Amino acid sequence: MTGKSTLNADEWRVADPDRPSDLLAREQLLEMYYFTRLAREVEERLVILFRQSKVIGGLYRSLGQEGESVATAYALQRRDAVLPLIRNMGALMTMGVRPIEIFRQYMAKGTSNSRGRDLNIHIVHMPAPDTHEPVIVGPISMLGDSIPVAAGIAMGARMRNNPRVAMAWIGDGATSTGAFHEGMNFAAVQKIPLVVVAEDNKYAYSTPISQQMAIKRIDERAESYGIAHELVDGNDMLAVYDVAKRMVESARAGHGPQLIGIDTMRMQGHAQHDDARYVPKTLLDEWTAKDPLRRFRQVLIERSIAGDRELDDIDKMAKDYAAREADLAVDEPMPDPATVTRGVYAGDDYAVPRIELVKSPFARVSAGLKTRPTQEEVS
Amino acid sequence: MSGGSKDPPYTSAFIMAVITYLEAIRQALFDEMSADERVFVMGEDVGAYGGAFKVTEGLQDKFGEARVIDTPISEIAIVGSAIGASYMGMRPVCEIQFIDFIACCFDMLTNFAATSRYRNGAGVPIVVRGPCGGGVGGGPFHSLNPESFFLNTPGLKMVEPSTAYDAKGLLKAAIRDDDPVLYFEHKFLYRRIKDEVPDEDYIVPLGKAAVRCEGSDLTIITFGAMVHTALDAAKQLEADGVHAEVLDLRSLAPLDREAILASVAKTSRVLLLYEARRTGGIGGELAAIIAEEAFEYLDAPIMRIASEDAPVPYAPPLEAAFLPTVDKVVEGARKLVEY
Repeated sequence: MTGKSTLNADEWRVADPDRPSDLLAREQLLEMYYFTRLAREVEERLVILFRQSKVIGGLYRSLGQEGESVATAYALQRRDAVLPLIRNMGALMTMGVRPIEIFRQYMAKGTSNSRGRDLNIHIVHMPAPDTHEPVIVGPISMLGDSIPVAAGIAMGARMRNNPRVAMAWIGDGATSTGAFHEGMNFAAVQKIPLVVVAEDNKYAYSTPISQQMAIKRIDERAESYGIAHELVDGNDMLAVYDVAKRMVESARAGHGPQLIGIDTMRMQGHAQHDDARYVPKTLLDEWTAKDPLRRFRQVLIERSIAGDRELDDIDKMAKDYAAREADLAVDEPMPDPATVTRGVYAGDDYAVPRIELVKSPFARVSAGLKTRPTQEEVS
Repeated sequence: MSGGSKDPPYTSAFIMAVITYLEAIRQALFDEMSADERVFVMGEDVGAYGGAFKVTEGLQDKFGEARVIDTPISEIAIVGSAIGASYMGMRPVCEIQFIDFIACCFDMLTNFAATSRYRNGAGVPIVVRGPCGGGVGGGPFHSLNPESFFLNTPGLKMVEPSTAYDAKGLLKAAIRDDDPVLYFEHKFLYRRIKDEVPDEDYIVPLGKAAVRCEGSDLTIITFGAMVHTALDAAKQLEADGVHAEVLDLRSLAPLDREAILASVAKTSRVLLLYEARRTGGIGGELAAIIAEEAFEYLDAPIMRIASEDAPVPYAPPLEAAFLPTVDKVVEGARKLVEY
């Protein structure tokens, strides 16, 4: 494995160019923790709403994958483009999507971004070119399709002289699609600033990775396209951030697309209806011990970034926020059936609510902070 | 536009040149790329080579590699990246080398592009164009007429010109349209059809049919290369005293229902002529519209003349037997007027 955990507190004092996480300020580390906790708490509220039959259709958890989702997105600039999958709640929280938007979507509310026309995190945010906001393009259910579209977004932004790095997440299953292959190859040929996060979470629905690909490391998918790639322990948030940050900056500098292989585990079934009896219990036990949130908390404590009480406060803040947002969304109206054919064509657009973006409680503090010195600055 | 540098003989008149259907398509691309820096072309062999049929010849010399992009053989990537680029404000025009290959990006068109506006209000102003149709010995994979594959997909628009004038005007309208437009150009017409095309800027609006030949005894509703088959048949019928009206749909989605129903009300007999296979083709939808909305005007059953229900065959005698012909149309029209 190329990526490895680098949690030695002594080495951490002076920034290592290979470890951009060394430059993260205290408030940024706490912010990452908060986003990860918030992603988990939003999903916990969704489980409650699902059991109350308030979620329409399926509910897809990212339990065990919240850390890599946050850590990859955290490597982006705020105005970059993200194309998340259903299990990238962490990325959406990191880019500032207000949790109520997620609850509205899952409950098919008329107030949701898709106005009840599409599922879960199938949301789109197109900011005006001069605003400091991310482009967000949710997936469609043909998951490989995000890759060529992401390539087009980064290419189009470059053509408009308004460059953005695009980051697209993709599961091990969708790396088997033709769309993935065509999008990767096209992006490589055109040297498009695209960062692909390929998540090996061990199962695509019920199909184990051994029946998905004959290679051992998911990042080797990138080899034949001439795309730079690394594999990283996906449950080690700082290791993920380090690789992601290097790749995002490399893509931004014009070195073409990059692929981060994420070694992680989907800790629940494909969706709530799926009891995942095909997953060996020993495998789940092994990965339960590697829970990304618990590990990151441990790092923060070991490095004296925060104590248990402060982290407990963050936990409570995230939990209460998720609950409040769910409560606000739950009584909102369903879409008006009379609007069923509205908005199919231009000229008949029907009241698309813009995604509300919010800043984390840590943003105001971390924005004004100096980051830690680099090796060069010290010497 | 390109005519701007010339001295018009009369200020009030358009400069008209007789050019081919293919040249008209190329002119539309030149004009739109000159007028709007957001417009760019991507596809297989469209750059230095100028495209398999030379539609894009000269474009890369004028606009450079960044705006005339040679792609890998990857229809999914072509359409998918066009969708992404359109989200960023670009106006991509994708060339599908032979329209048969549009099957390779069917998912990207029907699931992604067509639903995007409805789902989240994110319009996809792309054009996907390519040569369709048979009659040139292309065989099963270079002869397709794919419109019925997409007719059941709201969110897409479709056009197919029959004249050079429309080829230019419809492509300009498609590029300026805010929705995804499939632009089918009939390869049989590329160099066989020539007509007067203005140098000045004009469009042919989407969703508007055109009466190509006035008549009172029956209406032949058709589009693309079959317009010329219908006009030849109308000439023969005229000699027998049968006055056929030929309605050129031009747009297949949205359909010009008003023009269709007006012509049916006028002639009371309908022959639906299309080059795709008969079963499940656009003729079924047209027949249903007419039966639902103009039943009381009809004096005869609605007739379909289309290609045989088989893959497109290669050998000339097979393809001739497969395609609709002037003789088949004349024979059908006579049956209708005698009904």
